[in-house]
Parts: sequence; structure tokens; C-alpha cells
Amino acid sequence: MYHNRISEFVAGLLFGTGLIVSGMTDPAKVLGFLDLAGAWNPSLAFVMGGAILIGFFAFLIARTRTLTLLGGALHLPKATALDKRLVIGGLVFGAGWGLAGFCPGPALVAMAMGQPKALVFVLAMLAGMQLYEMLERRRSTR
Amino acid sequence: MMIDWSNFTPWAALAGGVVLGLAAALFILVNGRILGISGIVGGLLTPRKGDVVWRLCFVAGVLMAPVSYRLIATVAAVHIEAGLPTIVVAGLLVGFGTRYGSGCTSGHGVCGLSRLSPRSLVATLAFMGAGFVTVLLVRHVIG
Repeated sequence: MYHNRISEFVAGLLFGTGLIVSGMTDPAKVLGFLDLAGAWNPSLAFVMGGAILIGFFAFLIARTRTLTLLGGALHLPKATALDKRLVIGGLVFGAGWGLAGFCPGPALVAMAMGQPKALVFVLAMLAGMQLYEMLERRRSTR
Repeated sequence: MMIDWSNFTPWAALAGGVVLGLAAALFILVNGRILGISGIVGGLLTPRKGDVVWRLCFVAGVLMAPVSYRLIATVAAVHIEAGLPTIVVAGLLVGFGTRYGSGCTSGHGVCGLSRLSPRSLVATLAFMGAGFVTVLLVRHVIG
């Protein structure tokens, strides 16, 4: 059991480290990528490229398995519907991403660096997530 | 199109991306889960028995990253241009949107595209598109 705990921690640590190495914890760099009409910084595309290069093979292996390497359950997403929620959620997220230059992962890392604005962002993000949970609960009780 | 060569760091970006990919690989192959930050964090808001500790362990790792990184190298400076009201609005939109659309840059962008998921491609196009349009509006139309 504790193997899982260690691995979860290491995955988080690797993920945070990858974000720092890639430079994506700096919103200025992210906004530089999203600013096609200004001085464009293609760096983020290279981050995605490097990540997908490794991820592609990892999920190729994952698809052939029903259990993890430690023998636990392997949870691959089952949803296939291309619904409105997916698009609307993506658009809302993208608008917020473009406003501040933060997505959830880099915001957490920047907060841990001691950036006060990143802390404010994370608190607002948690509030937004809570708003979603409240709407979902109302939807399910109706 | 004008490239910002002075801030373009392809090798660091590629290396960091590879590390992100390794993290996602470890998480699916050893822990059996998709590495999606918004889902992992969001799940903590409606805690269910047996579904909390793994999320906390992962988040603890993410938060420890700058601390451990500082032991071996200098962490690059962070430039947050947006003012506080913008930060709050942006955070609310990111929090709500990622949960409503079932994922963010990690879950849809990295993991979803890696496993060639049509859903994740649609979501990624939506948030990238909205990001491009938002920056265009803020920097070049309104600004």
C-alpha cells in the first residue's frame, strides 16, 4: 500500500519539477504562447510535444493492461461523448487561462514558490470548483 | 508572425515536457490513474472514503517541487502581470471551467492527447482557442 503512496508523491514531485524546468510556472511565458498577434513564444508547444512523446508510449502500454505494475486497478476514462459541457467547460477554462496565464498545475507550483498572487489565484480556483460542485448537486436533486 | 526569440527556450521546454510525460507515465502505469490536476484537486472538495489520501500525496509532491528544485538549481523568476481583480476572475473561470469540462492542460492536454482521445482533442482545441482569443482581446483590442 505504501508503495502507492510513495509513487503518488513522486509523480507529483516529477510533475511539479517538469513544470519548473519547462518554464511554464511563469505566466508571462504562457501568455507569450497565447499571444499570436504579438511577440509569439512557441515554447509551450515544445512542452506539450515532449510530454506527449512520452505519454503516447505510456498509454500504449496502459491500454494493453487491466492492472497496474503494482497489481492495482487501472482507471482509464470511459466517457466518449463529445457533448456541450466539454466545449463550454473548455472555453470557460481557456478564457481564465488567457486572463492570468495560469492553469491549475503551474498555479499550485507558483503558490508553493511563495507568490502571493498565485495563492489568490488558487483560492479563487478552488471557489470556482466549489461552485461547480454546488451546481452539480442542485442538478442531481432536481 | 513575429517570434519572441529572446524568451523562446525550446530545449528547456522539451526537457520539462519529457519530465511531465514521465510523471504521467508513472501515474497511469503504477497508480492506475490519469494525471489531471483539476480532477485530482477538485475531488478533494467532495471527499469520499478511500479517495482522499492518494490525492493529498500527489498534491504534496507538486507543492514540494519548488522546494526540492531550489536545492539543486535556481528557480526562474515568475512574472504575474495581471492585477488582483483579474487574478480572482481568472481563478474562478479556471476552477469552474476545468471541472465542467472534465479536465485541464494536464488531463486533457497531456494525457488525453497522448492516448488520442477525441474528447480531449475537442476540449484542448476549446481551451487553446479561448486562450488565444482572450489574449488577443486583452492585449490588442481592448488594451
